[in-house]
Amino acid sequence: MRRFVISQAKNLIDQTRRRRPLPNHKSLRLRLLSLAAAPDSAPVLSSPRLFSSSSDMSGSDSSSSSLPVTLDSLNPKVLKCEYAVRGEIVNIAQRLQEDLKINKDAYPFDEIIYCNIGNPQSLGQQPITFFREVLALCSHTALLDESATHGLFSSDSIDRAWKILDQIPGKATGAYSHSQGIKGLRDAIAAGIEARDGFPADPNDIFMTDGASPGVHMMMQLLISSEKDGILCPIPQYPLYSASIALHGGSLVPYYLDEASGWGLEISELKKQLEEARSKGITVRALAVINPGNPTGQVLAEENQREIVDFCKQERLVLLADEVYQENVYVPDKKFHSFKKVARSMGYGEKDICLVSFQSISKGYYGECGKRGGYMEVTGFTSDVREQIYKLASVNLCSNISGQILASLVMSPPKPGDDSYDSYIAEKEGILSSLAKRAKTLEEALNKLEGVTCNRAEGAMYLFPCINLPQKAIAAAEAAKTAPDAFYCKRLLNATGIVVVPGSGFRQVPGTWHFRCTILPQEDKIPAIVNRLTEFHKSFMDEFRD
Amino acid sequence: MSHKALDYESLNENVKNCQYAVRGELYLRASELQKEGKKIIFTNVGNPHALGQKPLTFPRQVVALCQAPFLLDNPNVGMIFPADAISRAKHYLSLTSGGLGAYSDSRGLPGVRKEVAEFIQRRDGYPSDPELIFLTDGASKGVMQILNCIIRDQKDGILVPVPQYPLYSATISLLGGTLVPYYLEETDNWGLDVNNLRQSVSQARSQGITVRAMVIINPGNPTGQCLSEANLREILKFCCDERLVLLGDEVYQQNIYQDERPFISSKKVLMDMGAPLSKEVQLISFHTVSKGYWGECGQRGGYFEMTNIPPRTVEEIYKVASIALSPNVSAQIFMGLMVSPPKPGDISYDQFVRESKGILESLRRRARIMTDGFNSCKNVVCNFTEGAMYSFPQIKLPSKAIQAAKQAGKVPDVFYCLKLLEATGISTVPGSGFGQKEGVFHLRTTILPAEEEMPEIMESFKKFNDEFMSQYGDSFGYSRM
Repeated sequence: MRRFVISQAKNLIDQTRRRRPLPNHKSLRLRLLSLAAAPDSAPVLSSPRLFSSSSDMSGSDSSSSSLPVTLDSLNPKVLKCEYAVRGEIVNIAQRLQEDLKINKDAYPFDEIIYCNIGNPQSLGQQPITFFREVLALCSHTALLDESATHGLFSSDSIDRAWKILDQIPGKATGAYSHSQGIKGLRDAIAAGIEARDGFPADPNDIFMTDGASPGVHMMMQLLISSEKDGILCPIPQYPLYSASIALHGGSLVPYYLDEASGWGLEISELKKQLEEARSKGITVRALAVINPGNPTGQVLAEENQREIVDFCKQERLVLLADEVYQENVYVPDKKFHSFKKVARSMGYGEKDICLVSFQSISKGYYGECGKRGGYMEVTGFTSDVREQIYKLASVNLCSNISGQILASLVMSPPKPGDDSYDSYIAEKEGILSSLAKRAKTLEEALNKLEGVTCNRAEGAMYLFPCINLPQKAIAAAEAAKTAPDAFYCKRLLNATGIVVVPGSGFRQVPGTWHFRCTILPQEDKIPAIVNRLTEFHKSFMDEFRD
Repeated sequence: MSHKALDYESLNENVKNCQYAVRGELYLRASELQKEGKKIIFTNVGNPHALGQKPLTFPRQVVALCQAPFLLDNPNVGMIFPADAISRAKHYLSLTSGGLGAYSDSRGLPGVRKEVAEFIQRRDGYPSDPELIFLTDGASKGVMQILNCIIRDQKDGILVPVPQYPLYSATISLLGGTLVPYYLEETDNWGLDVNNLRQSVSQARSQGITVRAMVIINPGNPTGQCLSEANLREILKFCCDERLVLLGDEVYQQNIYQDERPFISSKKVLMDMGAPLSKEVQLISFHTVSKGYWGECGQRGGYFEMTNIPPRTVEEIYKVASIALSPNVSAQIFMGLMVSPPKPGDISYDQFVRESKGILESLRRRARIMTDGFNSCKNVVCNFTEGAMYSFPQIKLPSKAIQAAKQAGKVPDVFYCLKLLEATGISTVPGSGFGQKEGVFHLRTTILPAEEEMPEIMESFKKFNDEFMSQYGDSFGYSRM
């Protein structure tokens, strides 16, 4: 068996090399890891050292050192940033997936299940029909002149497509738009925000972006001049924030969410960290809040949000509100409230607080990640600052038009009485209620595992269980030069084909270990995932229990 | 004292320093005038569809089907879509992992990258590796990612042509690097003189700048020239000698309006030169779906191909790409379609050829009309637009006009362009937005207005220019001949 495993692994490495005819093989250091450790599991492989270069820069691109651009002469900020959601484990998974096609019998599982990333449609979630009808019509506008189109599309999708085209100058969906996005679509978004919050929204405050991430980058670019500029970020956090702050050369000022109180956000903690950062000479510029939380899944209580708004106002911090999971709330006792609504309901207006709210079409019940659509609503900034944001948006010309159209659609979906309304509601409710069920089932299963505790996913798309790893496992991880949670996740992947992200990629209270698992696999797959996870965890504990 | 958490004073200086003229003062004024009801001819951005160019039918059909994959199961789909569009949509959907709604690999769909590699191989006659091709949201994103990896601080310099497309100056200042200019020779049809390059590099070095990379835009933006093979060889040799990465902006490779100098890619020239150069010169070339006869600007699709970039460096670039998750998937499919258009025998082939040829031939005629029109105007000289989408005439401003501009607090070419806009509705970009030699003034216009409107536009330009020149003309000759 062992010999078989080794030859499999070698085979796999050779194939990998053949597939990647890169000019310098020396630096692609594939290594075998603890092959003997898991007698029943599939080949255990490490990948080329992707995405964690800061720890090891020796021998980098060594034979190419005469070239103008090598690892040694790259921007150190690039080297420093880390992005675990697509890091090492995902690369191993991709390689396993390729090998599964050829060597099906070599593995105790028959597919790789990607629970590493909030990418619902890659796991079989179907798009909302109405949205896609409108997009198809806008993609090929000649359809609108064909009589047969009426037999193939809902009547309100045709009406909506016409309405959208009328808002686009020259009906040209292939043209660059205004740098902030097409005005008519921003009008629809502003109206949607207003309907959601009960407070007015101005289309001129909306900047449409290719997903929410470019908006976050833009704000970081504005806020960060040097490492003396700090951004308060939750720990655990979505690594976009740490990566973006690192790329722009700023300082991440961490504030810890309290796992014991359901990932609560304590103002005393914010104050403590703010003061500590200030005492080190850091000018804290902004506070990032992710609500509902990623990877932590908590939904903030309105009272808590008021405290946060007051804190930002008092301390003169820009509030960066990541509200991309606003439609993903799964528990009846919690409700999403936008920070803008909270601030306005406290009587705070433009002059009182600088607030940026990020929204994306990648999440919610729509989950249209591949479209790269989103917006930020920017309020409380003076016009000279706004001009600078506009300029930054202009350098990239505009965000993609179908993403813009979709962003307007999710903020103005079909209404009662529309042709598509019933099917739209059925699709939406179907997805959201299934997500709630999946969240619950996975949470309960995780809580049954020895040494594992898991807060409920009140919202968003993730569970972030805490694993109390035995000392022996930690020692084995150290011997394998891997973070203990990454060690666990790799073993999980190799034994079950389930891909999760180690908590270290999101940061965590030192000495605690977690992983992030999405709740996105289709409902019929959940029981098998639970079984495999349970079985793996048991054998892992049997092997390493102190 | 300000009570704002973020005020102008506390903004990142690099952001404040960054200039982006294509959507600057002129554009904003034009938008205002448009709102007031004035007819504006937007020639400030290379945005063909905004000026009435129709999208190619076949790619739009394929993408529409990918947007609404449930149509593929409908027995009536054949009534409104040709069979080759249906089969192509199925092909592209099979390359995705969850259709247009799922993030792809951060580098783009492997299947599309393979099609891009095959295209490059057909074009150049040399193999291309899909692993070294990254798809991007338009070429600009790619340029930004690469410059972000290269530039460490203000001591790092990037050689950029002047005049240049302001993406480069804007990105370099955002990233806090130094732009090292090299001047294109207007009298030599915007030729690139390697001696100028050497001078620029040694001057930068004497100021303590480490010159890291060189940008070429071929065909040129805003200058429209096509680089000759001999010239490209010199450039590659120069990059080898000076240890510079060559960033080849080749987004206008389909836009060629003369036959003497067809487009030739930097990669092909490099490979033709053979070892050791072909193994030593680092090259990154950029392409897009926004230009060519496609003009699909609103899709934000593009790619870059890396040559001689070592693997660990490629991994770092991959990491930067992964922070943006993935480029938008429908534009990736546009890119796939662009590099593998319908073939002879396909149902849609004839229509595709008819449409694409129609666009290119008309652009060629428009390039001629525009150049000739400018050259017939008083105090205006203009090189022929050999390629790309722009005309970049020099306006010899009389000293009275320069004085009047100063009084108005405007840069002279901005002053001229604003007057032009107010008088005619033609929205151009002043040459100062692209960089130009001291005391010389230009404007950039695209050659994209509809062909039938072109004579009228040139006439109205001529009329304005005549009036301007007679209003500000002086008997002492011009500020600079």
